[in-house]
Amino acid sequence: MKLSVTVNGEQQEWEVEPRQTLLDVLRDRGYTGAKRVCESGECGACAVIVDGLAVDSCIQLAMQADGCSITTVEGLESNGELHPVQAAFAENGAIQCGFCIPGMVVTAANYLEENPDPTEDEIRHVLVGNLCRCTGYKKPVEAVLQAARGERSE
Amino acid sequence: MKSQLSVVGHRARRVDGVKLATGRGTFTDDIHIRGLLHAKLLKSPHAHARIISIDTSEAEALPGVRAVITHENVPRIPYTSAGQSWPEPSPYDMYVLDRKVRFIGDAVAAVAAETPEIAERATQLIRVEYEPLPAVLDFHDAMNDGAPLIHDETESYGIYDPAHNVAAHIDVEHGDVARGLAEADIVVENEFFVQYQQHTCLEPHVTIALFDEDRRLVLRTSTQIPYHCRRMIAFALEIPVKDVHVIKPRVGGGFGNKQEVVTEPISAVLAMRTGRPVKLEYTRLEEFTIARNRHPQHIRLSTGIRRDGTILANSLNVLTNTGPYGTHALTVTGNTGTKPLPLYRSPNVKFYADIVYTNLPIAGAFRGYGAPQGFFAMEVQMDEVAEAAGMDPLEFRKLNHIRQGDTDLMSAAAGEGAGKKARVIHSSGLPECIERGAAAIGWHEKRGKPGDGPIKRGVGMAILMQGSGVAGDELAAATIRMNEDASFNLHVGSADIGTGSDTTLCQIAAEVLGVSIEDIVIRSGNTDDITFDYGAYASSTAYITGTCVLKAAEDARNQIVNQAARMLQEDPEGLLVHEGAVRSLSGKSVTLQEIALECLYGEDKTVVIGKGTHATKESPPPFVAMFVEVEVDTETGQVRPVEVVSAVDVGKALNPDICEGQVEGAVAQGLGYALTEEIQVGPDGQVLNPSFMDYKIFCAADMPRLTTILVEAEEPTGPFGAKSVAEIAINGPAPAVSNAIYDAVGIRLHSLPMTAEKVLAALEEKQQS
Ligand code: FES
Ligand code: FES
Repeated sequence: MKLSVTVNGEQQEWEVEPRQTLLDVLRDRGYTGAKRVCESGECGACAVIVDGLAVDSCIQLAMQADGCSITTVEGLESNGELHPVQAAFAENGAIQCGFCIPGMVVTAANYLEENPDPTEDEIRHVLVGNLCRCTGYKKPVEAVLQAARGERSE
Repeated sequence: MKSQLSVVGHRARRVDGVKLATGRGTFTDDIHIRGLLHAKLLKSPHAHARIISIDTSEAEALPGVRAVITHENVPRIPYTSAGQSWPEPSPYDMYVLDRKVRFIGDAVAAVAAETPEIAERATQLIRVEYEPLPAVLDFHDAMNDGAPLIHDETESYGIYDPAHNVAAHIDVEHGDVARGLAEADIVVENEFFVQYQQHTCLEPHVTIALFDEDRRLVLRTSTQIPYHCRRMIAFALEIPVKDVHVIKPRVGGGFGNKQEVVTEPISAVLAMRTGRPVKLEYTRLEEFTIARNRHPQHIRLSTGIRRDGTILANSLNVLTNTGPYGTHALTVTGNTGTKPLPLYRSPNVKFYADIVYTNLPIAGAFRGYGAPQGFFAMEVQMDEVAEAAGMDPLEFRKLNHIRQGDTDLMSAAAGEGAGKKARVIHSSGLPECIERGAAAIGWHEKRGKPGDGPIKRGVGMAILMQGSGVAGDELAAATIRMNEDASFNLHVGSADIGTGSDTTLCQIAAEVLGVSIEDIVIRSGNTDDITFDYGAYASSTAYITGTCVLKAAEDARNQIVNQAARMLQEDPEGLLVHEGAVRSLSGKSVTLQEIALECLYGEDKTVVIGKGTHATKESPPPFVAMFVEVEVDTETGQVRPVEVVSAVDVGKALNPDICEGQVEGAVAQGLGYALTEEIQVGPDGQVLNPSFMDYKIFCAADMPRLTTILVEAEEPTGPFGAKSVAEIAINGPAPAVSNAIYDAVGIRLHSLPMTAEKVLAALEEKQQS
């Protein structure tokens, strides 16, 4: 089947199989930032933004995204500048192995669009769907807070 | 000197931070390999069975299938999957594929095909006739007379007592424990039970095996142990070490589960058979069912004290379930005793353990490596002993804990250190950890004040020690080369599995060479580089590889200084390397770049290559005092941790961000162990909860407030005074939470995880008595 999507601003026409998940299709096409961890919507490591909504791409069929605009972690940078959430994660020791990080960064970046001034508690609740086995979440949550503050002061 | 450190000791940004934040960190499965085949396993439905026959003809006939392997067509060489130094202290009781299956999920056959779907389909077409055998499904039954024998094959070796399913055995004693207990004024005896815990590395085990243009086997694999892996695969497949090249890309978490060869042997055999690259990647279901777990144990402790609270005797008895294979069997349980026992001074100490086989999931290495089990038991026991002596648990610990200058006799008696020199404690910040941690949690203000209402509050504590590498059993080599622009390539054999060790090692090199961390380009964990390393386990990298990098950088610096001396016509003795230049006391200077160009293209050409190798008999323990505050809902039994304070003596915080991150992550894993995580196994040996839905790890909203206090009791044998930090904190939450629950509601929980059901049952029991 023909899938037409915009990925990180680029229009794509891809031949996909109906049974393929969005995660499979993206990873096959080189968007490997989204990670395969549980393949059942439990961990958030495969999160991408589809038409403004952060979704677990492992439980979406690729064809469900037909006609949609997708942003992956690779597409968060603009004009060669890291997204503030990415910069805050990289600077604050919020990254350990990094396997959960694309999903967290995508989820947090998307959330800040909707709520640019979140409390720590709100961030923790937005990240409940993003499992991390390395960090204990403290530094990632702080990084999101810091990114939000930085964004506000601009 | 220390006050002048410009890179070490700073919160340097991680060298891999940006690429990971942007999704460009390349993990094993993130590259495209032309012609890649996909492997899938056929797994046993039986806990214990002999394979009578296997018919693979239908599977082989399926279009797209390139190879099917079974025990009938792979070499049968006993090996262990435990990634340890040679010869491994674990029994050689595994086979790439065997005639017998020993737990539900044991591999029976493997298929390589053009797509994962075809491979999966082909596994379903393999016809297997099994002869089911009686199974050992409760580890207490393993040693019974007449129990089914799990390793009745004659080829396996290194098993302590195969006729009684005993993989390994420990029996050591200092002094006379029986006499100590007899002479004691008070004796406290308790039993403890600990469960299977799964690592749940977010990245599963995954290996891509291929033969390169020189017909060498390349393993691109998610591993903690590139060099052990190279040696072990060469051994298990009977090929020369020189023909194996292990590449560790980014690794998405290891925690011990990847201190094993797991997906490497089968993918390698399939690559051999097909002549094509083959990927074997575990699914999450496979991670939960056939990867490794923390060993379940049944622990008994007897402690005798004098009325004044000093300990006279301490006796630890352990029965460990290793599952069907003895990977890390001896050494994990060794640490159950050798880490907690020496924490308390006692003239009489005994440690006895049997590590038994069962037809249950495989246990193996897991962060803490036996110590979490031991510390749970020991630190709850010490609370109870303190109470029996009528002492505050904090004061009791202060009276009895090990001191700087003490000798740790246990370190030489059991486990990997067996037969080696006992370690002397050269540095200890434990007293400071206890004081500062207690102040931070408000120990004296909060103890014994559960409050009114159905939700009670309590505080509890635990003290901990670990090691920095395996004493006398570590080795690392590193090389460092100077480039035209005064940058340096640093090659190390160690494996950054997400811990940040690449960053820490760059900081050490940069500090010594007087450059910034951006000037160091690191490559780690590639066995074709001129490096060597036992790997990322036993909290070894900062201490062992760190010292090794220090030596390599000093070697390079000496060469640089000698070149500068020639250029400046000065005596090398008085020259200082600092901020990208070499300066003399008389005020002359030359930049590193000028030196680099002179070396590479000047009169006396030479390449500055520093090298270092490092081995040591030392393994200095870091120390922790951990304090936990909990809320216990007496109506639901729910326990909610409110705050965890970890005061950690790391010797020297080479990078405080990384140290804190290690502690915080370990606390999160430790809280899961304490409260929610348990691989549940049904009566037939089947894992019942193999998903994140049913196996609960802490998420962002579950976490209590975390306070980490880094204490720096400089370790004379460590690089810049550093000891380890990666594992130790995982030992603390379980006992500290249990002790806090007691402070809140007066019940003692001796079994993990401390679920609401167990809390309610204990509350009820308390009420009835
Ligand atoms: S991989 Fe998609 S939610 Fe876990
Ligand atoms: S950083 Fe490793 S899982 Fe989150």
